[in-house]
Amino acid sequence: MKLIVAIIKPFKLEEVRDALAGAGVQGMTVSEVRGFGRQKGQTEIYRGAEYTTAFVPKVRIEVVVSDGAVAGAIEAIQTTANTGSIGDGKIFVIDVDQAVRIRTGELNEDAI
Amino acid sequence: MQLSLRNRFTRLAAMAAGLMALPAAALANTAAAAAPTVDKGDTAWMMTSSLLVLMMIVPGLALFYGGLARTKNMLSVMTQVGAVAALTMLVWVGWGYTEAFGPDREGTFGKIIAGFGKYLLHDVSPTTTAATFTAGVAIPEYVFVCFQMTFAAITVALVLGSVVERMKFSAVMVFAVVWLTLVYFPIAHMVWASTGLFFTQGALDYAGGTVVHINSGVSALVACLILGKRIGYPREPMAPHSLTMTGIGTGLLWVGWFGFNAGSALEANGAAGLAMMNTFVATASAGLVWMLIERLTSRKPSALGFCSGIVAGLVAVTPAAGNSGPLGAIVLGAIAAVICYFAVTKLKPKLGYDDALDTFGIHGVGGIVGAMGTGIVYSASLGGPSPDGWDMGHQLYVQAITVGTTIIWSAIGTAIAIFVAKLLTGLRVAEDVEREGLDLGEHGERAYNY
Repeated sequence: MKLIVAIIKPFKLEEVRDALAGAGVQGMTVSEVRGFGRQKGQTEIYRGAEYTTAFVPKVRIEVVVSDGAVAGAIEAIQTTANTGSIGDGKIFVIDVDQAVRIRTGELNEDAI
Repeated sequence: MQLSLRNRFTRLAAMAAGLMALPAAALANTAAAAAPTVDKGDTAWMMTSSLLVLMMIVPGLALFYGGLARTKNMLSVMTQVGAVAALTMLVWVGWGYTEAFGPDREGTFGKIIAGFGKYLLHDVSPTTTAATFTAGVAIPEYVFVCFQMTFAAITVALVLGSVVERMKFSAVMVFAVVWLTLVYFPIAHMVWASTGLFFTQGALDYAGGTVVHINSGVSALVACLILGKRIGYPREPMAPHSLTMTGIGTGLLWVGWFGFNAGSALEANGAAGLAMMNTFVATASAGLVWMLIERLTSRKPSALGFCSGIVAGLVAVTPAAGNSGPLGAIVLGAIAAVICYFAVTKLKPKLGYDDALDTFGIHGVGGIVGAMGTGIVYSASLGGPSPDGWDMGHQLYVQAITVGTTIIWSAIGTAIAIFVAKLLTGLRVAEDVEREGLDLGEHGERAYNY
């Protein structure tokens, strides 16, 4: 089992969700986050006062998939979240020790 | 509107109930005997106008200012605006109306304030009237009292724009009472009452460019200078928390301003129509020109720029509303947008004062542009309603004297009012309250719980 964490542009969320569903992913957790990478910040101007926002709004998607599904899920995210411009985001893959479905007590791959 | 000065005189002079006050000298003989006619259409329009001005305050100005503040201070801004407006209404009934528009007072002092005979609206009844711009036509005095009351209420609320996010609520309330008494009521008397200092000199101020905007703008500047900058200004970002609300507030201000400007005709007639026309086009021109300058100075045409231009145009056209043709108003709006833009984006950072919501930059500067511009666009040669033999040079001189005296008067009166507030309340919130936000620290609430 792997945890895939993807940071993407907010407007790409629906496309990515559809693609992940198509790749067999059963569920996901989404949060609105802020941060910066190579895109750095953006400049806002209010009545001449310039503010450089260091942190750009992004969406973080977390999905846990079985080892066999990792490649497909990564591909689904990477192709749909891609606009070709700076700030498209990143994908991280992390090992998961255990998963439990709270309602039934099912474990690991049965639980995801 | 060529009769505006004379009729302002008539209106106020004839307000003294029962007593056939001397109307403008020329009309004295004919009007002396007949009781003025009260027209139901005029009355309905003036009642509507009064409510439109109330709408400019709550929710208009409260949302406009609130959106420009930070999230943690939203409620404090809205509460301060609403509460000073409410307080003004009580003060107005108590002594404001009589101080500004009460019985004539003898001597030099009478040029500055009126007599106190109408305290607590003494002698005002449903049958007493206030004259309009047309000889023999009047509106009920209660309606006039209400209309003028809303002007006082919005002016003191406007001042708060420079001191938000750090001034105590209690200090705001004390300041309002002292400021109205020392600054607003006397200036309203000087500009609009028949015996007033500027009125007798022939100053043109259709709907309150001097009384409301120069006055509130200069007072805002003085108040924020004494109060000091917000913690972190200008180092920390203090971006507006909701330009959506500011946009809604802007719309309410624009719509409400028709009560302000067209209502200042005191009748539902062609003069009100001219003021209405000008309030459309000067504003439209200023909103677009502000965005155009942003574009020309390599910025993006912004939503806040549009809103700022709208308000700058409204401010500038206020003294000119019935004193200009539409073309003059369009030019005046454009010029006000350019000058206010530079006041807000260049002058303020250069001088370093913390006029938080730009009350001075837009109302003070725009008011001065409007007052001086009115002395130009009034000219018949530019489509304005000036009578034959009118002298632009002299008019500009009178306008300049009025502007200058108002600036000095507001500055001194504001300084006194702020120091009284400081003495009684301490003026400024504690540092931790300011950091945490005035919503929690002063009111025990948050604007947004989600």
